Amino acid sequence: MSDSIVSLIDVEKSFGKNKVVKKMNVEIKEGEFLTLLGPSGCGKTTTLRMIAGFEEATSGAIKVQGESVEDKEPFERDVNTVFQNYALFPHMSVFDNIAYGLKIRKRPKDEITKRVNEMLDLVQLKGYENRKPDALSGGQKQRVAIARALINNPKVLLLDEPLGALDLKLRKQMQVELKRLQKKLGITFVYVTHDQEEALTMSDRIAVMNEGVIEQLATPREIYDRPFTKFVAGFIGESNIFDGKVKALHDGILDVETSSGTMKVKGSGFDVGESIHVSIRPEYVKVNSDPVEGFDLKGNVKDYIYMGTVVKTSVDLKDNIEIKYSRFEKDEDFKEGDSVNIYWNPERAVAIKAKK
Amino acid sequence: MQKNTFKRKTLPSLAMAGPVSLWMILFVTLPMLYIIYISFMSRGVFGDVVYKFSLESYETLLDSTYFKVILKSIKAAFVTTVLCILIGYPFAYYIAKKPKEVASKLIMLIMIPFWTNSLMRLNSWLLLFQTSGPVNNFLLSTGFIDTPMSFVYTDGLVMVGMITNMLPFAVLPMYSSIEKLSRSLLEASADLGASGRTTFFNITLPLTFPGIFSSIILVFIPSLGIYTVTDMLGGGKVLYIGNIIKNQFGSIRNWPLGAALSVLLIVITGLLIYIYTRFAKIEDMEVL
Ligand SMILES: Nc1ncnc2c1ncn2[C@@H]1O[C@H](COP(=O)(O)OP(=O)(O)OP(=O)(O)O)[C@@H](O)[C@H]1O
Ligand SMILES: [Mg+2]
Repeated sequence: MSDSIVSLIDVEKSFGKNKVVKKMNVEIKEGEFLTLLGPSGCGKTTTLRMIAGFEEATSGAIKVQGESVEDKEPFERDVNTVFQNYALFPHMSVFDNIAYGLKIRKRPKDEITKRVNEMLDLVQLKGYENRKPDALSGGQKQRVAIARALINNPKVLLLDEPLGALDLKLRKQMQVELKRLQKKLGITFVYVTHDQEEALTMSDRIAVMNEGVIEQLATPREIYDRPFTKFVAGFIGESNIFDGKVKALHDGILDVETSSGTMKVKGSGFDVGESIHVSIRPEYVKVNSDPVEGFDLKGNVKDYIYMGTVVKTSVDLKDNIEIKYSRFEKDEDFKEGDSVNIYWNPERAVAIKAKK
Repeated sequence: MQKNTFKRKTLPSLAMAGPVSLWMILFVTLPMLYIIYISFMSRGVFGDVVYKFSLESYETLLDSTYFKVILKSIKAAFVTTVLCILIGYPFAYYIAKKPKEVASKLIMLIMIPFWTNSLMRLNSWLLLFQTSGPVNNFLLSTGFIDTPMSFVYTDGLVMVGMITNMLPFAVLPMYSSIEKLSRSLLEASADLGASGRTTFFNITLPLTFPGIFSSIILVFIPSLGIYTVTDMLGGGKVLYIGNIIKNQFGSIRNWPLGAALSVLLIVITGLLIYIYTRFAKIEDMEVL
């Protein structure tokens, strides 16, 4: 494929007996912002380190610009890394840190000065060039790390939780800046985070990882609206997930039997009797005093959390399962303890194949 | 109120630091002052100290025989230090790159000689290197030499003894500073285009410099005053400051001269430690 800049083909990585990355296949497109998202220990850093060249894949191939990088050292790859803990050289000034990549390549002095100044402009750190890293704030260190990684004009920038150590406000600000930077430079970002909100706001595509496997690789919208797996549905945003069996199917709508009662969900490719997960976001859950056709989900309103314009409530269903729902404050309302019937638009619910 | 703060703050710290300070004053400062005092006295006919001010001992130091020994000792300590660093650094580096469990075993191996009696250790050296010892036998049997070489009681063997004696002091501080070096710094350097060699000279070496400097201090100072190694492996034929001081206080009984030599050592040590602290401060500021 001509438009993919990095390809992972059947890549696997084991540390001893522990298989950390399993049969991974990804085509990263030129110029895109791709995020590896997943819980701690799922293999995000390991994947990134294999692309960078710090870790060798146990099997499979990694290609950058169509060329296999197996035998290439980290410095021979058109790829640079922004490390999670910044990894700035403590004995060098901001200027020398940023200039490092050019000095190593023995570029002429005036070119170095010119390029470093461009980088300082880019990350808005003019005037800090003589400081040592320890005299910088977390956000400033992060900018130096980014400038240092960009000075060699990499085709791909790898970022391992670059905002992990920053406080929430700075984090939000840096998210916007990073996204802007990526658009401006037009280079590919491969971004690692375990913060789903960060992934949703910044990425062109998200690869949701779990236990060394990519569960879904899609745009943020698709990931949110049409999760492929139970894990993705549960990991991204809030979701109510039911386990059940397909009872009947007609016109692309499935009747599903769960331990809490029956429900409807849009879905195709399922057989009667097949195990299934049904996922429904709290904002799509509806409540009625009378039963609704096709739904048999009865329960009592449990608690009532007022959150400004939105109210969050949960209903206790059969089998001790609780369903969360949220709605606008001015909507029709039930009080705590009221007996209610739950339903939803079957189009809004997601049918997920159960893993064999 | 003042009394209160005294009780609350000064008293506890005094209680903790007090005994140690007292101990230091009694057993370090006072003897040192006494040594300095004696160095300015004169020697009696029967080897006693005559309490009359004199610069005689210091004049003797400038005497060519003593001066030569002093220079020779400084030179030997210097060479020992340089060789210990040159041998110790790669060794420390090697250990630091090993997994933790392996590294702690290797450190253990280095420490073992520390725990054996130094007389025993040095005697075994003599046995190894004597005219009919295993080393000579081996060299003879392989045909490298046809008459036994005399290793014992030479400057060469003393040097070997000093280095083996001091090597652990050199390795440990350097090991700990190399081990502390974050892997991601080295990876960042490689990522930006540096080869292993370039990374070593640009990142590893400068960042482990404090460790190297500690090693220098830890090796140089004891090497300068050492007399067990020189006594035993040099057999009294090879003289260094340490031996002379020992002899002046012992068999020769010229305490003022011994004291003056000791003062010289104290001054050199003090000077080095002063440089070290100054240097360490600059290093701190660099890192900051
Ligand atoms: N050098 C190594 N030796 C042995 N096991 C390792 C090594 N590096 C990582 N692992 C293991 O591989 C698994 C995946 O680690 P990885 O660092 O890729 O996770 P991650 O997704 O980046 O997690 P986090 O969000 O916590 O950074 C973990 O179980 C980890 O213990
Ligand atoms: Mg990680």
